[in-house]
Amino acid sequence: MTTVKKQSTKTVLSARKLTKVYHTGAIDVWALRGVDFDLYANEMVVLLGASGSGKSTLLNILGGLDVPTEGKVIYADHDISHANDKALTRFRRDHVGFVFQFYNLIPSLTALENVALVTEITPDALDPAKALDLVGLTERMNHFPAQLSGGEQQRIAIARAIAKQPDILLCDEPTGALDMQTGIMVLQAIENINQELGTTTAVITHNAVVGQMADRIIYLSDGQIAGIDVNQQRLPASQLEW
Amino acid sequence: MKVLDRKLFRVLWTIKGQVIAIAMVIASGIATLVMSLSTIEALEETSAAYYERYRFADVFAQVKRAPEKLTAQIRDIPGVQTIQTRITRYTTVDVTGFSEPVIGLLSSVPEDRQPNLNQLVLRKGSWLSSQATDEVIINEPFAEAHGLAIDDVISLILNGRKKPFRIKAIALSPEHIYSLGPGMLLPDDQRFAVMWMGRKAMASAFDLESAFNDLTLTVEHQASINPILDQLDVLLAPFGGISAIERKDQISNWFVMNEIAQQKTMATILPSIFLAVSVFLTHMILSRLIATERTEIGLLKAFGYSQLQVSWHYLKMVVVICLLGITLGSLLGLMLGRYNTQMYADLFRFPLLVYQPGMQSFLLGGLISVAGALAGAMGAVSKVVQLPPAVAMSPPAPPNYQHGLFSKSWVTQWLDQPTRIAFRQIGRWPLRSFLTSTGMAFSMGLIVMTLQWNDSLGLLAQVNFFEAQKQDLMVGLAEPKKLRALHDLEHLPGVMRAEPVRYISADLRSEHRSHRGSITAMAADNQLQSIYDDAARQSVPVPDEGLILAERLAEKLQVSKGDLVRIDVLEGRRPSLLIPVVDTVETYLGMAAYANLTAMNRLLMDGELFQFANLKTDSLQAADLFYALKNTPMVSSVMVKQAALDAFNETLVEHLMVFITMFIVLAGMVAFGVTYNSTRIALSERGRELATLRVLGFTHGETSYVLLGEVTLLILLGLLLGSLVGWGLVWSMAAAFDTELFRVPLVISEATIAWSMIIVLLAAMLSFTLISGRVRRLDLIKVLKTRE
Ligand SMILES: Nc1ncnc2c1ncn2[C@@H]1O[C@H](COP(=O)(O)OP(=O)(O)O)[C@@H](O)[C@H]1O
Ligand SMILES: [Mg+2]
Repeated sequence: MTTVKKQSTKTVLSARKLTKVYHTGAIDVWALRGVDFDLYANEMVVLLGASGSGKSTLLNILGGLDVPTEGKVIYADHDISHANDKALTRFRRDHVGFVFQFYNLIPSLTALENVALVTEITPDALDPAKALDLVGLTERMNHFPAQLSGGEQQRIAIARAIAKQPDILLCDEPTGALDMQTGIMVLQAIENINQELGTTTAVITHNAVVGQMADRIIYLSDGQIAGIDVNQQRLPASQLEW
Repeated sequence: MKVLDRKLFRVLWTIKGQVIAIAMVIASGIATLVMSLSTIEALEETSAAYYERYRFADVFAQVKRAPEKLTAQIRDIPGVQTIQTRITRYTTVDVTGFSEPVIGLLSSVPEDRQPNLNQLVLRKGSWLSSQATDEVIINEPFAEAHGLAIDDVISLILNGRKKPFRIKAIALSPEHIYSLGPGMLLPDDQRFAVMWMGRKAMASAFDLESAFNDLTLTVEHQASINPILDQLDVLLAPFGGISAIERKDQISNWFVMNEIAQQKTMATILPSIFLAVSVFLTHMILSRLIATERTEIGLLKAFGYSQLQVSWHYLKMVVVICLLGITLGSLLGLMLGRYNTQMYADLFRFPLLVYQPGMQSFLLGGLISVAGALAGAMGAVSKVVQLPPAVAMSPPAPPNYQHGLFSKSWVTQWLDQPTRIAFRQIGRWPLRSFLTSTGMAFSMGLIVMTLQWNDSLGLLAQVNFFEAQKQDLMVGLAEPKKLRALHDLEHLPGVMRAEPVRYISADLRSEHRSHRGSITAMAADNQLQSIYDDAARQSVPVPDEGLILAERLAEKLQVSKGDLVRIDVLEGRRPSLLIPVVDTVETYLGMAAYANLTAMNRLLMDGELFQFANLKTDSLQAADLFYALKNTPMVSSVMVKQAALDAFNETLVEHLMVFITMFIVLAGMVAFGVTYNSTRIALSERGRELATLRVLGFTHGETSYVLLGEVTLLILLGLLLGSLVGWGLVWSMAAAFDTELFRVPLVISEATIAWSMIIVLLAAMLSFTLISGRVRRLDLIKVLKTRE
């Protein structure tokens, strides 16, 4: 199945002149060197780049997990890059869902509880069971992370991220630790969310193939945007191969 | 329940080992506090209840002989409530089958009823029959020491005549909770008896019809005591009265109160130390525990949990651990407190026991612990919580190992890799390593401090019983005798040497400061009992003129060498003398003032007198000597040094052993808690590294060694520091226990240090065993797969 995407032009999130410098010991690492970036409503973006090119740094800053050294991030007319902790917390709580490469489930909580952990603090959240249903894991909801495979854990992490019905879903190498088959299942779950719920989604990967399922591919290299491709047609995740 | 709370309990359950170990550290502090405070409370309430119920007097006075009708005048003194006159005497007691001399204090009681004051607690038997003259009531400790029962017969020597008496009752008295015979340092129930006899029988035996030689009274509640004492002294002086004393100076009560005061000191200093150490350790452990939760804290923040919510979550965890520790500690403290109080109650033979600990000690201890633990956790939490989530979630920057102190030097050349890892780890985290060592040092310090009591008392006994005093016996005469009577003593069987001593009761004064005690006057050529400097451990010659004061007495009076001290003598003609201080000596026991016998006799102008004699004897002839002493009328008391030493060992040392055991258990808990947690946290911090080593082919043993090797090095350092900490704690304890009664010598034996190290190492070993089981069960795949 091939989907033709109506190109949305409504900007949800925009970043301007982002730089990030890590001071580690004697040397400064320039992770980002002036990145301009817009995220449009309902689109699916893939951030592609070699390891160390600054993808995670960019995503963390966009999601309010980190602050840039310079530049700004505008969300709904607010500059979140200079917001205080309270405002950042609200931003993360109400608008952003995260998925990490290493799932980061709380090992002491069951699948359902991991999702509930988030829905408890957000007002218009989905029912945790419903969120698990969206990623096809209803029957495993009472398992602890240690009792689940990597792919299942990642799908729970996705359920956890989308249960709050975020405006933006940010995924940092969601398939990085998975084999192809499991990886595709996870990507399908993300694709599903993007299409069913219309959640604006950014996915980080160093795997060029994944780019084919996106509306836009943004190439990152050495802390700078090296180019942007717009896919006329998105390839369904199920047809990806690597 | 909130999901986060569920997580809290699951996490606590997973790290239950650590939770228990931390709780144990907290519990040890709380237990000490609760034990000490509840013991004091119980002792105070019990003695007060005892005194109240058995009408313990407020004022005590003695005279040579005063007519009974004097009581009318005494009753007129404003504030006086109830008066009880009586006759008291020291006598020699003969118990069949016991060869050594026994001294008895005989007090008169009404034949037909309990006295108004200082009533007896009848334990067995019944009150005297109103007509009988051959009945006696004896005190329970003495009865038990000799297995005496109702209707048994003992002989008393009254006014030189030996007479049999039938035991009518066995009793306790609030006046003799702590029963010290004349010249005795510690109670000796075998050689000192307290006895009560009908007033008429005693009056006729001692020729005191319609007269008394002892007076006790109570005063009205709001009356001030000093004017009463003064007026009483004026009334009694013509009858040979030695100045009246109030309850707080009464010997038995003084000892009981002193014991309570010591408990109080203990209740301030020991729990403070334990609590401080436990708070410090909890702080240290919790901050490391929370540091390992860094990723989760970041994650929670990434989801939109606020700083406050995250902090509160972790603080709740701390509070739960604290509550566990407080509960554990309170229960333990109550148990120990009850046991401790019971031990005192047995020692003092309280006929009743009030043990109702108030809430204050629990609240106080709980508050301090929670506050300390929270402060520790808060520091750690707030540090992590303030990081941007992205930073918190990424593992802390890989430790920047550098070639440093430990790495290139010749020391490391011959070290194998695992040992190098241990050294580098320490070099990398010097502060944390130091804190671990400090934790060990403190727990070892606590043990040193506890064990050292035995060293101090051992030295005290050694110095006091063997070095300062070389006599075998000390005999007391009923009244001062001319020096030539010494020859009579010298000629007793087995006596090799006899030396005279005179104790002169006196108030020593300097400006407004005063001390009621006595002057020990000795002959210049005395060898058996010398003026001994306990710190320098050598004798000081008896001065021709002037006083040598125990340093603490000099401090109390604030006088030094060359100053004049006013001596208000409390016996005989009661002269007032001005005598210069010629030297001071350090003494561990008591507050003595020494003088030359000849010089003192000259100043007192009552002849060449002595009242006590130290004897060096031939132990082979002991039986003959004891027999002879019993039949020497002028001898009223005999102190056998060996018996005194035995009593010292039995009462003090045995009592102490119980304490020592308690505190060692508590300190051991601390040592275990610290090692277990340090190692356990190190394991969770370095799980990946260790798993990697296992994957690389290292054995369990080798892998454990990398982990435990580091902690072992820290423990060894801790043991060195522990000796220092121990010394510091011993010093502060000694300072706190510096009372009028005794000064604790500052000694720490090698055995104490060695045992302390062994106990700490055992506690460490126990936690190592538990942890190395965990290293064994390390799930290699899981650890390597997930990011920490
Ligand atoms: N916390 C950090 N401290 C220091 N340097 C960092 C940190 N995080 C990332 N970097 C550096 O910043 C650069 C970009 O990292 P990152 O954004 O993680 O790249 P990517 O996700 O594309 O692999 C890299 O050189 C990385 O080493
Ligand atoms: Mg990355």
